[in-house]
Amino acid sequence: MLTMDTLCKTYPNGTKALEQISLNVDAGEIVALVGGSGCGKTTLLRMISGLEAPSRGSVAIDGETIHAPHPAIGLVFQEARLLPWLTVAENISFGLDNLSKAEQDARVDEALLRVGLAGYGKRWPRELSGGQAQRVSIVRALVTQPKALLLDEPFSALDALTREKLQDHLLALWETHRPTLVLVTHDVEEAVALADRASVLQPKPGRIFADSPIELPRPRDRLSPEFAEAKRLVLKALDGSINQPNPQQTGKVYSPSAGGSF
Amino acid sequence: MSEATLDTSNQTNAQPQAARFAVFGTSFLIGLVLPVTAALLYEGAFRLGLVQARLLPPPSRIFTTLWKLAQSGELTTHVLATTWRVGMGFGLGAFVGMLLGALTGASHNARRLLDPTLQALRAIPSLAWVPLFILWLGIFESSKIALIAVGVFFPVYLGVMAAIANVDRKIVEVGRAFRLSRLALVRRVLLPAILPDFIIAIRSGLGLGFMFVVAAEIMGASEGLGYLLVDGQQLGKPDQILAAIIAFAVLGKIGDWLIVVLTKPFLTWQDTHQRSA
Ligand SMILES: Nc1ncnc2c1ncn2[C@@H]1O[C@H](COP(=O)(O)OP(=O)(O)O)[C@@H](O)[C@H]1O
Ligand SMILES: [Mg+2]
Repeated sequence: MLTMDTLCKTYPNGTKALEQISLNVDAGEIVALVGGSGCGKTTLLRMISGLEAPSRGSVAIDGETIHAPHPAIGLVFQEARLLPWLTVAENISFGLDNLSKAEQDARVDEALLRVGLAGYGKRWPRELSGGQAQRVSIVRALVTQPKALLLDEPFSALDALTREKLQDHLLALWETHRPTLVLVTHDVEEAVALADRASVLQPKPGRIFADSPIELPRPRDRLSPEFAEAKRLVLKALDGSINQPNPQQTGKVYSPSAGGSF
Repeated sequence: MSEATLDTSNQTNAQPQAARFAVFGTSFLIGLVLPVTAALLYEGAFRLGLVQARLLPPPSRIFTTLWKLAQSGELTTHVLATTWRVGMGFGLGAFVGMLLGALTGASHNARRLLDPTLQALRAIPSLAWVPLFILWLGIFESSKIALIAVGVFFPVYLGVMAAIANVDRKIVEVGRAFRLSRLALVRRVLLPAILPDFIIAIRSGLGLGFMFVVAAEIMGASEGLGYLLVDGQQLGKPDQILAAIIAFAVLGKIGDWLIVVLTKPFLTWQDTHQRSA
């Protein structure tokens, strides 16, 4: 559904952020892009979202090449980025301009209810906690019912407890329309808790180091030995990606999926 | 989610109207303490014969003069004349400043083309235009309004340009991610984002407007508060000069206050440290 074809990105200042990224994401799949700081995760997501153009290669959604932000793709930034002059409700309906007021209100109310923020619609963003703001930001991207949602380390600024709750919220939201999710994270636990597949990126320049499925049934028990094992494997791949200068190690650490990388 | 259940949406309005008014009244009174005390002290000193009041008349005499001017209808005439000039000049200068500021703030090319010229013009002391304006536009209203407009233009232009150029990229990206058209981006993101800075620019513009109306009226006018100043000087009436100065202060304060009050409803979202006080 999302196809990245030999994407490269070199910034104007000469930084080689990404090299030869090729990745396929199926409809309804949750893919975690895992990697350390500075390995190009944000850059990759910005290119999928159409906010930034690749230096070489292309991204397509359902065969349609992405040149600019696409209506079928929603984006959640690392910071909530709510517009401070709009109330929570107005922020959520920011992308719903084409709908009637009644329809907008209905969607906003439903969304607030789903993320445990019923009654918060009239608040200003400054009156929210970090976790609440991030929930609003996720919901703002989801109410337009995109086919694919991109999330850039959406929970990284939150405490562990809040983060876990929001991960559950995200899964619950995903269950309704099952959009494709591309979740950027540096948190292995988060990847294993949410994703069908984890792609581990290697830094300088950013490349895909390993790519394989996480075959755990949902709901996932974070305390089960299977969960711990999956975590260990991803962590090992992550370690390898940082210590292994040679990019051709894909699959050594945990077996690549049949339809995953290519 | 363990947040207490709530509807605190009315939080900001919860403070009763009366209480808020009382707070406003108190701070207003505190602001009056210094000038009123000074006036009373001076008045006392005058009554006790401690000061010679030929050049600096006591407050009572200034207010008597003000009162007489008001009763004869003269004050209204002068205030209206000045207000009209400031209004026209301010409207013109602020409008053009806003337009060009928005253009140069939003477009890199427009800035490269326009800004150097405008900055060079800004370096000219505005009063230097006066002879030219009088030659071009005559000695009546047009040249005065033009001068005021020039004074108002620059702070508004600079303020709006800087505000637009400094809008947070991250916020603009939200607009792009939701695929707003250029126009919608301006309307729904850029304008609200610059509103606080814009109001500051407008306020300093209005301040300069009052500065330049004095200059314009001193140079030659048959009515207006500036005329009262000159007239008072020529006839040796310091009480009339001070009455005109007080009228200027009140008028300027009212204008500024109007801007603040009219725009306040649009700024309730702001997250400033002042708010928590
Ligand atoms: N706008 C930019 N201009 C130049 N270099 C950039 C820019 N954005 C990111 N980079 C560089 O590209 C690399 C990848 O950055 P980024 O995608 O933000 O990584 P991540 O999100 O994985 O932490 C880093 O080396 C960073 O310094
Ligand atoms: Mg990043």
